[in-house]
Amino acid sequence: MNALFKYISTVFKGVGTLLTGMKITGKYVFTPWNNVTQQYPENRDTLKMFDRFRGEVIMPHSENNEHLCTGCGICELNCPNGSIEIISKMELTEEGKKKRAIDQHIYHLGMCTFCNLCIKACPTGAIVMGQNFEHAVWDRSKLTKVLNQPGSKIAQGVKE
Amino acid sequence: MGFNIYDFSGMTHNMHLWFMERMSPTATTIVEWTVIGVSYMLFVALFGLFLVYAERKVCAAFQQRLGPMRVGFWGVLQTIADFIKLLMKELIMPKSADKFLYNLAPFIVMIATFLAMAVLPFAKGLQTLDFDIGIFYVTAVSSVGVIGILLAGWSSNNKYSLIGAMRSGAQILSYELSVSLSLVTIIILAGSMQLSVIVESQRDSWFLFKGHIPSLIAFVIFLIAGTAETNRGPFDLAEAESELTAGFHTEYSGIKFAFFFLAEYINMFIVAAMATTVFLGGWMPLHFGSIESFNHVMDFIPPLVWFFMKVCGVIFLIMWFKWTFPRLRVDQILTLEWKYLLPINLVNILLMCLVVLTKFHL
Amino acid sequence: MSETKEIIISSDKIHTDQYLVNMGPQHPSTHGVLRLLVRLEGEIVHHIQPHVGYIHSGIEKMCESLSYPQVIHLTDRMDYLSAHMNNEAVCLCVENALQVEVPDRVKYIRTIMDELTRLASHQLWWCVMGMDLGALTTFFYGLRDREHILDIFEETCGARMTLNYSVPGGVMFDIHANFQKRVKAFITEFRKKLPEYDQLLTGNVIFQERTNDIGYLSLEDAIAWGVTGPSGRGSGFSCDVRKHNPYSAYPLVQFEEKLDTRGDSFARYRLRIEEMYESLHIIEQLIDNIPEGDYAVKMKGVVKLPEGEFYQRVESARGEFGVYIVSDGKKNPYRVKFRSPGFSNLFALNKMAAGHKIADLVAIMSTLDLVIPDIDR
Repeated sequence: MNALFKYISTVFKGVGTLLTGMKITGKYVFTPWNNVTQQYPENRDTLKMFDRFRGEVIMPHSENNEHLCTGCGICELNCPNGSIEIISKMELTEEGKKKRAIDQHIYHLGMCTFCNLCIKACPTGAIVMGQNFEHAVWDRSKLTKVLNQPGSKIAQGVKE
Repeated sequence: MGFNIYDFSGMTHNMHLWFMERMSPTATTIVEWTVIGVSYMLFVALFGLFLVYAERKVCAAFQQRLGPMRVGFWGVLQTIADFIKLLMKELIMPKSADKFLYNLAPFIVMIATFLAMAVLPFAKGLQTLDFDIGIFYVTAVSSVGVIGILLAGWSSNNKYSLIGAMRSGAQILSYELSVSLSLVTIIILAGSMQLSVIVESQRDSWFLFKGHIPSLIAFVIFLIAGTAETNRGPFDLAEAESELTAGFHTEYSGIKFAFFFLAEYINMFIVAAMATTVFLGGWMPLHFGSIESFNHVMDFIPPLVWFFMKVCGVIFLIMWFKWTFPRLRVDQILTLEWKYLLPINLVNILLMCLVVLTKFHL
Repeated sequence: MSETKEIIISSDKIHTDQYLVNMGPQHPSTHGVLRLLVRLEGEIVHHIQPHVGYIHSGIEKMCESLSYPQVIHLTDRMDYLSAHMNNEAVCLCVENALQVEVPDRVKYIRTIMDELTRLASHQLWWCVMGMDLGALTTFFYGLRDREHILDIFEETCGARMTLNYSVPGGVMFDIHANFQKRVKAFITEFRKKLPEYDQLLTGNVIFQERTNDIGYLSLEDAIAWGVTGPSGRGSGFSCDVRKHNPYSAYPLVQFEEKLDTRGDSFARYRLRIEEMYESLHIIEQLIDNIPEGDYAVKMKGVVKLPEGEFYQRVESARGEFGVYIVSDGKKNPYRVKFRSPGFSNLFALNKMAAGHKIADLVAIMSTLDLVIPDIDR
């Protein structure tokens, strides 16, 4: 008799747990307006990434096409896998002294691990992390970028 | 043509007379067979399309996401795109597979499906075959599908397919017993195996309410056994993706896979249709005894719409099972059947006999 | 295929009924590229031989040519679900070697980020566990809740999973102004959702049938094979590094180390759910009391460790994660060795799964919570 009661109670308890589970999923299926999906390409206008989001390395330029990069190469030393190549040149200043300036700040977006070490290491704050994350391209050569824009020069008063 | 949405028997009779006037009786029969066959195939194709789309949308609703949205407005053309893709795939046959059986298996599964669909009463006058052993016929014919699955697993010459097919075969054979016994419970209540008689006798109230406790238990058991029959829901170890890649249809691609896929969804429809016919009143509207105004409003909705509403409700329940519960292991499935469902079924039959004999039903 | 021939020839006890099945490197439920050579008889598993190394990236060798801050960014990618704990382990090792004392603010921030990472890892484990067993909806529920934590990470650190947030001497940036608000909102919301996890999966009779008494690992075996983390605690092995060798702000918080003596899959599952509650408790104790101060100590431009060997262990989401650095005084380490918890946990699989069926094998592997890049490095 005991075995029979145990049998029946197992059946009822089992069915009870199943119904509890169904209640949880039922709660979500009957309120489909609460879904968490964001329709990605359509919501580009309202999509705003966080300020610190590591999308890619960019070198901000002011309206006069000036940047803050001195070509010191500290970011190249700190990069773990060689995603940054600094090509610097020697320029003459107004006093006639030779000073190092940046010729090309080559950034290999395809190799970058977005570790942020270059940004932290830069002494002048020339490079920052941008929020753009749509990097897919059809042509691999587009992944090698030159960060300093053509014709730009360093802003006044930037100390080494 | 006498098209009456509440009663199709006038229309079918008129069509028969129209053919008889123009052709000999044998030609009429052949033409009628063709018409019925084509309309069934169209129905299977369209309803299959609808079911696959509905499954994806319902599954997404359970998971708090949107489902197909891009192909067509809100994704309605998604299934069509999927089927075109399946048709365009290369039919790869393993070199050492048994050619004849490998090609035969999907067809057997489809044939079993079509055979079972022939006796379903869609609306008044819209039933192709009306045997006086209707329920018996359906259970007999749905067993033919097992042969297809076993052939598919064996002829693929693949360890995983064989394991999947063996598991599936054992499962389906066991659960047929539960399906048949729960239907026997209703036969006792109805007094006949003929499907049209069963539907007619639910005119005043559905069997689910008439036989209260025994028929409620029978309904639950029928649902559980029905999902196990179609290899769906918590009983889908035959196709358990996370264990055996794809089970018995691993080696099938293209249109043959589409057959298995479609057959599974139409089998689900057949289980739901049987549950509707036998427990939920078939195409009968919902009547509440003596509330005349309510009954009149319910009568206004055509029986065909009632039938599909009920079928969709039962299909939604079956989908709810699938997306909530984890999978059962094969020995647990067999334990469930032989140690739990079978004894409960037998006791339920006794209970139903008592209820009918003492006229304790509604 | 030569390894399989070896097995057949060298073991003369093999019966003709048994056959070898490859749960190959590409399989939906091995959680990564792991190859399991399973000897089956019908449905019963007799012997399992894992083959690892399919995702070996040579991280330890790479570290020999990198400086210490660069080593940290590589540890993100080993056990990517406990990224911050890996970062912290290397930072603590370097700081202890240089005898640098970090401010209290740093300790609090690191511990809060640790516990958030542990929660995110356990959420992912739970959703994948449900999916492996067939309850496909749990996958989406777990991920939906995990998005809140990933948003917190993204706002403060800039990245969702490969954080690279701790540096030797402190953390890379101070916490964002919204950090405390977000974390508190997350805790309130998650405390409401966590009972749903129990109702959906834990109490479910099907789930209990699939995990009760499956994959038993005794206490002696757990200690012998070095199974740590919730997998070891499920067998009664008290191995929580946060209790035995506390680091960062763990000496300042009250939490319990939950143990379970049953040793089966359900015990391991249950423990991880309870660890999630404990993590919430720890974060609640810390989030309002973050002391003011610096977020990093000023270190030299080039970090050089003195000559010698240094070891540091932390409690990652999978178990005890250890970092062993051998330094010869230069700016690159001479040798770095990582003690990965997954490696020890994986090889106890044979003990746990022998005698069970294939479906149980999948369930047991889920409860072990393996991340294959952690095993292969």
